[in-house]
Amino acid sequence: MTSEQQYIDLYRECREQICAHSTDVLNAVRDEAFNSFERLGFPSRKVERYKYTTIDKLFEPNYGLNINRLEVPVDPYKAFRCDVPNLSTSLYFIVNDQFRQSLQPKENLPEGIEVTSLAEYAKAHPEFVAQHYARLAKSDEDGITALNTMLAQDGLLVHVKRNVVVDKTVQVINILRSDVAMMVNRRVLIVMEEGANAKFLFCDHAADDQQFLTTQVIEAYVGANASLDLYCMEETHYKNTRISNVYVEQQRDSRFNHNVITLHNGVTRNRLDVQLKGEGAECWCNGCVIADKTQHVDNNTLIDHQVSHCTSHELYKYVLNDKATGAFAGRVLVRHGAQHTVSEEVNQNLCATKTARMYTQPMLEIYADDVKCSHGSTVGQLNDAALFYMRQRGISEKEAKLLLEFAFINEVIDKIQLEPLRDRLHYLVEKRFRGELSKCEGCKLCK
Amino acid sequence: METKDTKNAYVRQVAEQKYEYGFTTDVHTDIIEKGLNEDVVRLISSKKGEPDWMLEFRLQAFRHWQTMKEPKWGHVHVPDIDYQAISYYADPLAKKNENKEIDPELMKTFDKLGIPLEERLALSGVAVDAIMDSVSVKTTFSQHLAEKGIIFCSIGDAIKNHPDLVREYLGSVVPYRDNFFAALNSAVFSDGSFVYIPKGVRCPMELSSYFRINARNTGQFERTLIIADDDAYVSYLEGCTAPMRDENQLHAAIVEIIVKDNAEVKYSTVQNWYPGDENGKGGVLNLVTKRGDLRGVNSKLSWTQVETGSAITWKYPSCVLRGDGSQAEFYSVAVTNNYQEADTGTKMIHMGKNTKSTIISKGISAGHSQNSYRGLVRATSNADNARNYSSCDSLLLGSDCGAHTFPYMDIHNDTAIVEHEATTSKISEDQLFYCNQRGIPTEQAVGLIVNGYAKDVLNKLPMEFAVEAQKLLSVSLEGTVG
Repeated sequence: MTSEQQYIDLYRECREQICAHSTDVLNAVRDEAFNSFERLGFPSRKVERYKYTTIDKLFEPNYGLNINRLEVPVDPYKAFRCDVPNLSTSLYFIVNDQFRQSLQPKENLPEGIEVTSLAEYAKAHPEFVAQHYARLAKSDEDGITALNTMLAQDGLLVHVKRNVVVDKTVQVINILRSDVAMMVNRRVLIVMEEGANAKFLFCDHAADDQQFLTTQVIEAYVGANASLDLYCMEETHYKNTRISNVYVEQQRDSRFNHNVITLHNGVTRNRLDVQLKGEGAECWCNGCVIADKTQHVDNNTLIDHQVSHCTSHELYKYVLNDKATGAFAGRVLVRHGAQHTVSEEVNQNLCATKTARMYTQPMLEIYADDVKCSHGSTVGQLNDAALFYMRQRGISEKEAKLLLEFAFINEVIDKIQLEPLRDRLHYLVEKRFRGELSKCEGCKLCK
Repeated sequence: METKDTKNAYVRQVAEQKYEYGFTTDVHTDIIEKGLNEDVVRLISSKKGEPDWMLEFRLQAFRHWQTMKEPKWGHVHVPDIDYQAISYYADPLAKKNENKEIDPELMKTFDKLGIPLEERLALSGVAVDAIMDSVSVKTTFSQHLAEKGIIFCSIGDAIKNHPDLVREYLGSVVPYRDNFFAALNSAVFSDGSFVYIPKGVRCPMELSSYFRINARNTGQFERTLIIADDDAYVSYLEGCTAPMRDENQLHAAIVEIIVKDNAEVKYSTVQNWYPGDENGKGGVLNLVTKRGDLRGVNSKLSWTQVETGSAITWKYPSCVLRGDGSQAEFYSVAVTNNYQEADTGTKMIHMGKNTKSTIISKGISAGHSQNSYRGLVRATSNADNARNYSSCDSLLLGSDCGAHTFPYMDIHNDTAIVEHEATTSKISEDQLFYCNQRGIPTEQAVGLIVNGYAKDVLNKLPMEFAVEAQKLLSVSLEGTVG
C-alpha cells in the first residue's frame, strides 16, 4: 500500500465525520483538495521543490488523527510556561490543531484585532473567511497543501482591521500533546488590512515523547501599507516531523518580516512563498538552523516579484553537526516588467563534522532587465586563524569553537526586531550550542 | 533620450544582419534513409567498417535509448524532435574512392570558414580535424604529430587503427546510460576526433576540430575522445558552424576526456552553430554531453567555452575530480539573442583529496532570449579539503529577455570550502554615461563594456580563438541596445 492510499481511504471513510466537526467554509474546498491529492500524491524527490526531503516515507507510519475533535486533557496555562519572558506578549495556545480560548483579558489587545479559532470565526463571518481561505494555498500545486486542506478542521485566525497597530507581540504556542503517535493538520489564516501593523511569534513545542507529524499551512494577506512580522521558532524533539507551507501575499508598500528558527527537531521542511503584488512592497526572510544528531532541516523559499519597485532580502544560516542534513533552496523570480527590483539572497553554512550534509541551491530567475539581484552561498568551516587566535589567548578549543559558531549564527538573530526575543534567542542559542537545551525552560510537562 | 525610432533602427539593423556562416555547400553527399532502428545502427557501423565489439556497443546503447525519455528539466523549450525524420549518416566524401582527391568544393568550404585544410596555408601551430556532417574530411599534421607518438585522427580511424585504446576508454567517462542524448549518440555517433598524448609528451601545437553540418535533415552526432597520459599536456580547440535552414537541426555530441597523473588538458570551444532567424525559426539544437575524468594525481583540466550560436543549448561540460590534488576550471561566456535559449553550466564532482575547482560563468542575454546557468558542485565524504569558487554573473540587455541562475551545492564533507556568488544586472547607466561623455556612442560603449565583462573568460582562450570570440561577441550583440 502506498503511503498516499491510507489517507485517500481515510478521507473516503471519514469524510462525513471530518465535515461534521468543522464548518461549511472549510468543508467547501475539501473535496476539491481531495481530488488534487489523489492526483498529485505526495511529492517525490523528482519534484524540484522537494528534491531534498523524502516526503512519502514520513507519512508511512500509522498516525492517529483527532477527527472527532476530542478535547485533549491539558491545561496549557498550568502545564506549560514556555513563553519568552519580558516580551509582555498576549499569549495564545493551540493544542495540536485546536485553538484554546485565551484566559488572558482581551483588553491586552487593542480594538480591531481578532485572534481566535478559525472554525469559530468562519461560522460567524463565513463570507470573510471564504474570501481568503485556500486562495493563496492552492491545492492543485502541492500535495501537502492538498492533504492539509482536505483534513484541516480548525486552526488559528488573525484579523487585524484597517490602521490598527498592535504594539504587543502576539505569541501563539503550538503544543503537540498525545499519548499515541499523532498527526496534526494545522491551519492558520492571517489577514492584515490596509495600514495594519502586528507582530507574531509562533513557537512549536512537543509536550510528549511521541512521534508527531504536523502539516501546517499558513496563509497571510498583507494589505497596502500594512506590516507583518512573523517569527516561527521550532523547539521540539527528534521524533517530530513538521511540514509547513507558508503563503504570503503583499500589497503596495507593505512590509513582511519572516524569521524561522529551528533549534530542535526531527525532520522539518519549511516552504515559504511570498508574492510581491503591489509596488514598493518589501520583505525580509531570515532563517537560522542549528542541527545535530540526525536532524533534517529543509528550507525552501520562493520570492515572486510580480511588479516593479519591490525589494526582497533573504539570509539563511545553518550550523550542522553529527549526521545532520541541511538543505536550502531559494528561488527569486522576477517577472517580466518587474523593473527596479532589488533582491539579495545569502545562504551560509557551517559543516562541523564529516558526516553532516548540506545541500544549497540559491536560484535567480529574471525576466526584467533593470534589476539588481544577487545571491551568494558558502559552505565551509570555522576560520583556523580565528580559532588559533583564541586558543593563543587561553580559550579552550571547545569554547573557541562555540564562540565562533555563536558569532556566525548571531547575524540572523540580530536581524530580529523584537529586542526581548532577540535577547532570549541569544540565550537559547548559546545554551543550544552548549548542548544544555534539550527541553524547554520552565516547562512542567517535559521532564 | 533615444527615441523609439532610433530603437527600431537598431532592431532593423540586427534583423538585416546575416549569419556569416549560413551558406551551404553543393557537394555530392551520400545520405542514408531517414529513420532510426537497429538496422540503421548496423548500417552506420558497417559503412564505417567497424569491428563487432563496436557494433555491440552501439546496439546496447540503442536498446537502452529506446527505454528512455527525453529530459524535460532544462529551462529551455526543446521543440518535439521526430527521431524518425532525421537521417543519421551523411557522407560528403562518398566519391572519394573513385578519386583520391578531396572534392575541391569541400576544400573551398573550409577555406571560406577560415579553416584551410592545406598544411602550408594553415596557421602555424594548429592541427585541424575537419568534420563535415558524419565524416572527417581531413586531419592535418597527423604525420608530424605521430613522430612524437601523439595520435590525432578521426575516431573512425582510431577504432580501426588503435582499437585497444578506444575500447579501453570509450564510454568510460560518459557511459551510454548517462542520459537520453548520450545514449542516442552512443548508438549512432559518426565522426569526431581522437587524441592520445603519450606519457611525458607536451603537444607542440594546438589541436583543433572543426564541425560543420551541411546536409539537410541530418543530425550531427560527433564523438570526441581525448586521453592525456601521465605528465602530458594538450590544448584542444573546437569550432562549429551550420547553414541557415528553417527547420531545426539536431546536434547531440559526446566529448570524453581522460587526464592521468600530472597531465593537463585545456579544452576550448567557440560554439557558433546557426542560432535561427530573428523570429526564432530554425537553428541548431545543441544537446551535448561533455565530461572530463581527472583520474590522475595533480591532473588538471580546463574547459573554456564561448557560446554564441544554437537555437537551444543544453550543455554542461563537467569534471570528475577523482585524483588527489586535481584541479578543474570552467570558464564560460554564453550570449543569447533573439529567441535563443541556453541552459548551460558545469558540474564539479570532488572525489579526491585536496581538489580544487573554479567556475566563472558570464551570461549575456538580449532580445527575447533566455539564458540560464545551471551548475553542480559536489564534495563527497572522501573529498577532504575540497575547494570550490563559483561566480556567475548575468547581464541583461533589453526588457524582454531572461537571465537565470540555478546553482546546486551538495556538500558531504566538513573540510570542504565552497563559495558561490552571482549577480544579475543591466549595464550600469554610470558606465554608459562615462563613455558617452568621452564621445563614445552608446552602441560602441556597450560593446566595450561587454567585452570588459567577458574578459575574465576570453583571456583564458588561446590567442587565435580569443580574437574570433571577441569579434563574435560584438557581432552577436550588435543592435541590442536602444
